[in-house]
Amino acid sequence: MSAATIPNVLVTTDWVAQHAADTGVRVVEVDVDTTAYDQGHVPGAAGWNWTTELCDTLIRDIVPIKKLEELLGKSGIDNKTTIVLYGDNNNWFAAWAFWQLKIYGHEDVRIMDGGRKKWVAEGKELNTDEPPFPPKTYRASAPDLSIRAFLPEVQQAVAQKSAALVDVRSPQEFTGEILAPPGLPETCQRGGHIPGAKSIPWAKACNDDGTFKSAGDLQALYGGAGITADKPVIAYCRIGERSSHTWFVLKYLLGFQNVKNYDGSWTEWGNLVGAAVEKP
Amino acid sequence: MKPEEQSRQQLELAGWPVIVESYRLGDVYHCTISNADPGARITRADGSTRNEAEQRAIEKATRYLGQTRRFSTR
Repeated sequence: MSAATIPNVLVTTDWVAQHAADTGVRVVEVDVDTTAYDQGHVPGAAGWNWTTELCDTLIRDIVPIKKLEELLGKSGIDNKTTIVLYGDNNNWFAAWAFWQLKIYGHEDVRIMDGGRKKWVAEGKELNTDEPPFPPKTYRASAPDLSIRAFLPEVQQAVAQKSAALVDVRSPQEFTGEILAPPGLPETCQRGGHIPGAKSIPWAKACNDDGTFKSAGDLQALYGGAGITADKPVIAYCRIGERSSHTWFVLKYLLGFQNVKNYDGSWTEWGNLVGAAVEKP
Repeated sequence: MKPEEQSRQQLELAGWPVIVESYRLGDVYHCTISNADPGARITRADGSTRNEAEQRAIEKATRYLGQTRRFSTR
């Protein structure tokens, strides 16, 4: 088990196996591959589709407040529910959902350490049916944008060095050798990285079994690259989900007070006319 | 049901290293293929045998990976 600076944000697969059906607990799977839920999921878990349910499908934005309230309500979640998120790719989109739930003020959100990978590797029970949930009423808080970075703030960070930028993509994306992870659609016009950004791929925060590394190892990883809690930090990737994973690590496992996720990420910066791009 | 007969191997498809993972759940074999770095899932497929599921996933993954271009880093 990783040592989290902030308590009650990580739960083990064993904890989930014991408590998934508890009253007041709702387990939710959120995957990169939106069909993975149908391949088998934690018994009793809801499945959320990040491409349709965790975003605004008209304009590029996070999920609108009313839509989130409806999603949570139909998932049997109210404001007091303990939400336990997990997913594939070491919890990329589970972290994306966690970040949005924190923007809208949900108090008790946790991540299953190791995600779907560890659950399956341990041979734990999987169900393929979608359970019914008694609908609840959910009231979200006004969005807390202190954990979200928009383009002007990133431009200011570059110009004034007012925040440390962490690029969590793969080294090949950082250098501009490729525009997107191999096998995925290219969604930007230029390759490279935001000037001054440090390359710390998200996966370095994880062990081979998908769990998060210890707080000591994480401290060494980020501190060794000059990313420390005494300066604002902005994390970015390609579309904002991998960087929400790193945002979670910095804010909840290392306790950084001022860390933001730039969800515009490279698909915004790498498409901007005239934006400065750095290549090694 | 519990996942059984789990398998994990690294292959190279269209010049890219990938991870091929499969398991059986009941009567169905499920296969997923992810790029080795950054670990994003590229394809998945099902089949009545492991070979069938893996070959279907490999065929799709090879097609997608073949569209990834490499650029100069200068």
